[in-house]
Amino acid sequence: MAAIVSRPSRISPLRRRRALAGYLFVLPWIISLLVFTAYPVLASFYFSLTDYTVIEAPRWVGLENYRSLSSTDPSFWISAYNSAYYALIAVPVGLIVSLGLALLLNMQAKGIGLYRTIFYLPALAPPVAGTIIFIIMFNSQGGLVNQVLELVGLSGVGWFTDPKWAKLGLIILSLWGVGVGTLVFLAGLKEIPQSLLEAAGIDGANTWQRFRHITLPLLTPVTLFNLVMGVIGSFQVFTSAFVIGGTTGRPLESTLMYMVLIYRHAFRYFKMGYASALAVLLFLAILIVTVTIFRTARLWVFQEDEEQAA
Amino acid sequence: MAQIAETRVKNTAHNVAMRSTKRTSWRKPLMNLLRHLVLIVVSIAFVFPFYWMVITALKENTRVFTYPIEWWPDPIRWDNFSTAINYTGFPFWQFLRNSVYYSLSVTIGTVISCAAVGYGFARLRFPGRDLLFILTLATLMIPGIVTFIPTFVLFRQLGMLGTYSPLILPAFLGNAFYIFMMRQFFQGLPVELEDAARVDGAGELRTFWQIMLPLVRPALLVMAVFTFLGAWHDFFSPLVYLSERDQYPLSLGLFAFRSQRTTEYSLMMAASTLTTLPLIILFFFAQRYFLDGIKLTGIKG
Repeated sequence: MAAIVSRPSRISPLRRRRALAGYLFVLPWIISLLVFTAYPVLASFYFSLTDYTVIEAPRWVGLENYRSLSSTDPSFWISAYNSAYYALIAVPVGLIVSLGLALLLNMQAKGIGLYRTIFYLPALAPPVAGTIIFIIMFNSQGGLVNQVLELVGLSGVGWFTDPKWAKLGLIILSLWGVGVGTLVFLAGLKEIPQSLLEAAGIDGANTWQRFRHITLPLLTPVTLFNLVMGVIGSFQVFTSAFVIGGTTGRPLESTLMYMVLIYRHAFRYFKMGYASALAVLLFLAILIVTVTIFRTARLWVFQEDEEQAA
Repeated sequence: MAQIAETRVKNTAHNVAMRSTKRTSWRKPLMNLLRHLVLIVVSIAFVFPFYWMVITALKENTRVFTYPIEWWPDPIRWDNFSTAINYTGFPFWQFLRNSVYYSLSVTIGTVISCAAVGYGFARLRFPGRDLLFILTLATLMIPGIVTFIPTFVLFRQLGMLGTYSPLILPAFLGNAFYIFMMRQFFQGLPVELEDAARVDGAGELRTFWQIMLPLVRPALLVMAVFTFLGAWHDFFSPLVYLSERDQYPLSLGLFAFRSQRTTEYSLMMAASTLTTLPLIILFFFAQRYFLDGIKLTGIKG
């Protein structure tokens, strides 16, 4: 509008005023970007090349931290393995379960609102409280889960005391929070035009065919979102693993997740340089995995314009 | 938001009704019955840990792990709750105050800053705006721990370790995700609004505060409940930054309680119940914003 009033060659006072107002509105965020994002990211890379105990100034060591973590620190490989193991199981299982539940919820009937509420409830439990509940339910001596397993003729296991089972226990705990993903999928399902499914129904497509060729492709953008968030989140899992296994990943480093290792080096040993090297590697790992997911997304994520062109 | 959802529900309900007349009459009810059965079983599984938490909180500590399972406490020890509250090393009311202080401060800071910044990105034009916005989106990809260590060093140099400042101050400068969300909301508002306000001679701040802000109230509330929930659940930052027990929020207090009293399971569950309860109460007052918000944010809650 301003352009109509003023001559195009001159910047009108109104526009200048609005630009100034614009800078003032986003000023807090510019400060945040500089102080709490740009500086820390650069500093992380710098610290990772130093020996830094916080008390003394950082001392340049080049790639020494990276060399020693990969060659002389078995905990690095163990924690990387643990985190990869956790992500590789928890994310796909979580996706499948939440999609299944969303499909079940996607109907018009009384009581759906109640199910939605119930599925969301676990997200309200503080992570520490939720973890302690699971520690008690999965207790190896007289815990509820083992007793129920024994009732149906299976033998109980040492959920959080046996290194073989501890990670699975953590994964089961993560599945308790699957309801949030379910509601995201459900919102995606509600976006699918009913007319499309009806048209296919009239053309003789059965329930499975409609699911396979309409619902599933149209849900792929939501799936991509849940997948990426799930991977980023599970690479950074900390609280549950820390409450169960402490900084050493009891039992026998089986719950030593990568974030726990970073915490141990940074805030127990105050080896900031070493911890920064670990953090930088996590950053790169997440970057590589998400870029790979987005790259492959072209192959399986539905894009509207593509379909129209075909 | 809710209105759109409502009309959508009505439309689909209508469609479903149309469709079912063409179907064999028994298949649909049977399928629905099966669905409900599965959903009920899953619901029980989701709620069960809460039930077990409360039940265990009411049990005598020696009766937590009994053969066979005790599905109902006998005797019911209501006094476990008062014991947990008065436990040395678990000053419940102090922890509660700290949690409320922390969560409220972060919520206020986030809501104010993200609303203002989101508005700036959406409705005001200034050189470099789009580049800045792309940068903002790019920061969403950076895992928190990468910025965490240097930020810790920074706050240490400022002498702020052992205080709530490192936990609260950054919130007042904005949060990439909610800035993005607010921008989307402000962009959805009609241009005529601002023009009318300007014709009336309202300044930028007044236009924002009196005209635009009330229109995005649902988004502000969604942001508020999720930020509050996030801060209430936050464990990592308090663990790193706080040192005195009297400063702990409930999440950290509960952890300290557990590390100290590893065998007092019923008290641990009483303390867990007390930590969870305030959020359950909040949820039932603001349920709409939690559940609608998931659509908007899709975040892990």
